[in-house]
Amino acid sequence: MASVYEEQTHIEQIARHTIAILVSNEPGVLARVIGLYSGRGYNIDSLTVAETDHIAGLSRITIVTTGTPMIIEQIKAQLGRLVPVHKVSDLTEEGPHVERELALIKVVGTGEHRVEALRIAGIFRARAVDSTIDSFVFELTGSSEKVDAFINLMKPLSLADVARTGVVAIARGTEAL
Amino acid sequence: MSNNEMTGAAIIVRALIDQGVEAVFGYPGGAVLPIYDEIFKQNHLKHFLGRQEGGCLHAAEGYARSTGKVGVALVTSGPGATNAVTGLTDALMDSIPIVCLTGQVPTHLIGNDAFQEADTTGITRPCTKHNYLVKDIADLPRVMHEAFHVASSGRPGPVVIDLPKDIQFADGIYQGPEEFDHRSYQPKTDPSTEKLDEALRLMANAKRPLFYVGGGVINAGGEASEDLVKLVRATGFPITQTLMGLGAFPTDDKQSLGMVGMHGLYESNMAMHDCDLMIGIGVRFDDRVTGRLDAFSPGSIKIQIDIDPSSVNKNVRVDLPIIGDAGKALDYMLKNWRSKKMKADASALDLWWKVVNKWREKRCLSYAPDKNIIKPQQALEHLQAAMEKDAREYYVTTEVGQHQMWAAQYLQFRQPHRWMTSGGLGTMGYGLPAAIGVQVAHPDALVVDVSGEASFMMNMQEMSTIAQYKLPIKLFILNNQWMGMVRQWQELLHGGRYSESYTDSLPDFVKLADAFGWTGMIANDPSELDDVIDRMLNTDGPVIADIRVDQKENCYPMIPSGAAHNEMLMGPGAVQDADVSAAGKALV
Repeated sequence: MASVYEEQTHIEQIARHTIAILVSNEPGVLARVIGLYSGRGYNIDSLTVAETDHIAGLSRITIVTTGTPMIIEQIKAQLGRLVPVHKVSDLTEEGPHVERELALIKVVGTGEHRVEALRIAGIFRARAVDSTIDSFVFELTGSSEKVDAFINLMKPLSLADVARTGVVAIARGTEAL
Repeated sequence: MSNNEMTGAAIIVRALIDQGVEAVFGYPGGAVLPIYDEIFKQNHLKHFLGRQEGGCLHAAEGYARSTGKVGVALVTSGPGATNAVTGLTDALMDSIPIVCLTGQVPTHLIGNDAFQEADTTGITRPCTKHNYLVKDIADLPRVMHEAFHVASSGRPGPVVIDLPKDIQFADGIYQGPEEFDHRSYQPKTDPSTEKLDEALRLMANAKRPLFYVGGGVINAGGEASEDLVKLVRATGFPITQTLMGLGAFPTDDKQSLGMVGMHGLYESNMAMHDCDLMIGIGVRFDDRVTGRLDAFSPGSIKIQIDIDPSSVNKNVRVDLPIIGDAGKALDYMLKNWRSKKMKADASALDLWWKVVNKWREKRCLSYAPDKNIIKPQQALEHLQAAMEKDAREYYVTTEVGQHQMWAAQYLQFRQPHRWMTSGGLGTMGYGLPAAIGVQVAHPDALVVDVSGEASFMMNMQEMSTIAQYKLPIKLFILNNQWMGMVRQWQELLHGGRYSESYTDSLPDFVKLADAFGWTGMIANDPSELDDVIDRMLNTDGPVIADIRVDQKENCYPMIPSGAAHNEMLMGPGAVQDADVSAAGKALV
């Protein structure tokens, strides 16, 4: 029988949080983390993962998520419960931090569009990492907002393809995970 | 070969023995044959052959719940593992320590859709506390011991170890449990003493305090329950227990208000609603307990002591969360309440008890007996009286549905680990196989599965297991020929349109008992009830008692969907109360 309890009526403020998770680099660990998100109905806005300490066998997962304060608290507690998770850090809550994303953006075109694309890339300090006579691939690093802005400007200039890494983030100052 | 050089299968069995495992509940198959061969060669652990892997898992759960030890199941790959999923999920929901060994196709065939291959770690990832796929024999001893540690520490839960067949045959070096330490899994068990002091201060100042305790206290071990009893006595506060917590405190004690929640007692739910201090210990504010969240205990300060940080502030915002082991918390609270000579506010408490006793006067569990028809409540009251008189310690398992709620209401538990029921998952078919585990762990005890006829039939194949091991389990079927709780909800919410809730074509349970070498008996009317219960308890070996109860009886009190604790339906029976809301009457 399905529960038919009514939803809570008061609405809590939804906020965006960047969460860094240090995990043992073992098979299935990413599936555990994203399975927890999908199974419990949490949002993943961005996800990055890579090994950060080969000797100790540790990987760092960065997840950007949104939710009410109660949901964010739950997400952290649920992540902390996973056996291969060493540490969970809510960078948004724990003070100032740096967030960066890398994007590879392909623009196809000739003439005025091509010149304009290259000029805007200069303003954004995007580097052309590949070029043919009718295309560029730009590499851009920055906040997600900066990447979004650049992509929006490229749209009328024959934007062809976008690859983004998702957000990586680290706390400012001496604090380490 | 040195003493510690052995095959993977031998490592597995040796590790089980070193972990103190005495009973394994399992079912063989191609992918676990080497392990079964090792079991054959030794005499330390005893294997109990189930009749379906689902039953094996519930048996392991019953063993674990009635002992506090880790229950162990052993199943083959593919269908063996998928059949185990319900039991694993059940154990996860109710925090039961289980280690389930699953066979797997050899490593070089994994991912090939081989015969009896299933992605067991993938399937069981969300329904276990943790799982392992062992692909290197060198990892095997560590994984075996780690699994027991993970299953039994912190908030207990089920752990799966998936064991490819080539790993079982491979040669390896055995290492004992003492040689491993987990890197990341370090559950916090020591509660903050500052926060416990704050809790004690709140308790001393409370006007309308209430203990609200659950399965976490039982999982914390026998001393936790003993300390709880002493603390409740020292404070003089009333206490209510969740379905999982029954027996953590004697349910028939004068300070006990009985079960709380959807089918909890009137006085319990009213006290939850009106208390000014709620001392939650080992509870998770489940939706069956809270009712409508925005009307849940509106005026109380809430303390929650739990070992699992994710249980705190999940459904209900608490004012004083204390993360740690319930046993350690209770020990500290008891010692400090005594040593600091703390006292409850006696005059306020006196007033509070007057209010509580007023609620008790409603006698919410009274029902209208009938001359000709056995009432299910009556059957359980008589069963309770008979179990009282029996010289043996009694253990009760249940299936899921009306009979389960009546058993929770009418049976009494004075110690932890005596009451085994599927709470979180609500698994029909749990009780009979669970009783196997209980009886295996407690061969001389009286083990009764209070069942409904529909639930029983979900795992009735385990009758054969029970016959094989001569387990004297008593199956007490409250037979109303309906999926009673489904029918009750159809009456409440679907205009009494009984869509598929009638159990047609039931077997003759007496003949069924006979077919499996059990003893069968039937009680058709109240005059036969005591005699049947008496014969059931005094017959050697397993018994089915088919108790034909009132087909129309529903389970009350009930907090209907979307209602608050103070909006209980008291039922159409002997306790027809004026204050049942119009909406409630319309529904019932």
